[in-house]
Amino acid sequence: MSFIPAPISRFFHRTASPPHFYALANRFIPWLTVLFLLLLIPGLYGGLIMAPTDYQQGDSYRIIYIHVPAAWMSLFIYVLMAVMGGIALIWRMKLAEVMLISSAPIGAGFTFIALVTGSLWGKPMWGTWWVWDARLTSELILLFLYLGVISLHGAIEDKRNAARAVSILALVGVVNIPIIHYSVEWWNTLHQGPTVSKMDKPSIHISMLIPLLLMAVAFKVYYAIALLQAAKLELLKRESSAQWVKNLLEKTV
Amino acid sequence: MSLTQAFWAIIRRDLLLAFRRRAEMANPLLFFVMVVTLFPLAVGAQPNLLQTMAPGVIWVSALLAALLSLDGLFRSDFEDGSLEQLLLSPHSLSILVLGKIVAHWLVTGLPLLLIAPLLALFLGLPERAMPTLWLTLILATPVLSLIGAIGVALTVGLRRGGMILSLLVLPLYIPVLIFASNAVDRAASGLPVTAQINILLSMFLLSLVLTPLPTAAALKMSVN
Repeated sequence: MSFIPAPISRFFHRTASPPHFYALANRFIPWLTVLFLLLLIPGLYGGLIMAPTDYQQGDSYRIIYIHVPAAWMSLFIYVLMAVMGGIALIWRMKLAEVMLISSAPIGAGFTFIALVTGSLWGKPMWGTWWVWDARLTSELILLFLYLGVISLHGAIEDKRNAARAVSILALVGVVNIPIIHYSVEWWNTLHQGPTVSKMDKPSIHISMLIPLLLMAVAFKVYYAIALLQAAKLELLKRESSAQWVKNLLEKTV
Repeated sequence: MSLTQAFWAIIRRDLLLAFRRRAEMANPLLFFVMVVTLFPLAVGAQPNLLQTMAPGVIWVSALLAALLSLDGLFRSDFEDGSLEQLLLSPHSLSILVLGKIVAHWLVTGLPLLLIAPLLALFLGLPERAMPTLWLTLILATPVLSLIGAIGVALTVGLRRGGMILSLLVLPLYIPVLIFASNAVDRAASGLPVTAQINILLSMFLLSLVLTPLPTAAALKMSVN
């Protein structure tokens, strides 16, 4: 505790109080939406129209502008959930619990999108909808992990307890993330090796890379918007008897 | 009572309880045998096919048998209140929980070791793969019990925890399944399996050290 400077910890405690967070989320969502559109439109235009056709894969490679950002998000959100689970377990911060729970369906959605777009791309490229390739399989396992989190939270009636259970599960599940990451090297099979993360000399052309990065950031912003919306709803559900919710209702009616 | 004494006392108590209910002890074993029996009936009895499938069939069945037996790990203690006593004890809960897991493995995991070579023989697995099959079972069935304990601890307070338990635990079992069945498969073709065995060993050691902590935390949550 003591090694966190006082202003920072004060900021955290204020932001973590539900009414303050609710107001803050309301203020942020419109700005984030504008930012999202500013990133999404050039990203899609650059990716689907401006970027040159691939000499091997033709136009079907363009699905990476959805597939790759979604796959990145699916991993990113799970790791973030584990971090929030750790915060929820150590500091018993209610807001971290809410964020963790609200992230799970969004992460599951991104994982599902990554799987579906991957299989749509696999049909013309590999000639089959599904192969038991390492990365596809670990993405499927990731989806199962998300569904486990969601169903465990649904099964426990007391929501504080449910949040603790889900935090533990998210921390346990995060050991699976390195396995997903290194599976490319472990069971090197049909899936393409990573094309972007080779920082010194990416094997993707710059006119294809920029829209991809734009889309990746756009997906991150979209996640922030969806998370804030879901967290607002979850907070209202949990605190339905609190005074600030009553005040809020009176204001809107 | 020192921590070591408490640890052994828990193991002794759980083993005694298990031996008083011998019929229940046999259930996971029977399940294992029956699932393995179902495969030749379903896919046909061609010896070649069965031989190639044998490592996978035995390992999937062992995994399902372990999953089925997991529920008994904390259920009866939760229902009769002795789990609360365990939580109230001054000793470290994760060590006591480890004692329960060890006892549970001795009762449900160890018998699989004895019956698996017989089933492997039925499926026509080459004899040179037997030592590897044993080694993978010795190393990996404790991992199944250790990881499964987290899932049981999370769901023991729920009325219908069984389905959720399998959803929570099976994804975490997948790495074990991959390396164990791969090792047996390679051994059947006469290839070296040191890498797979080393990975299984590291999984065993890691889960031995790491899993009792979340299990204890989850039990505290469930009993609350």
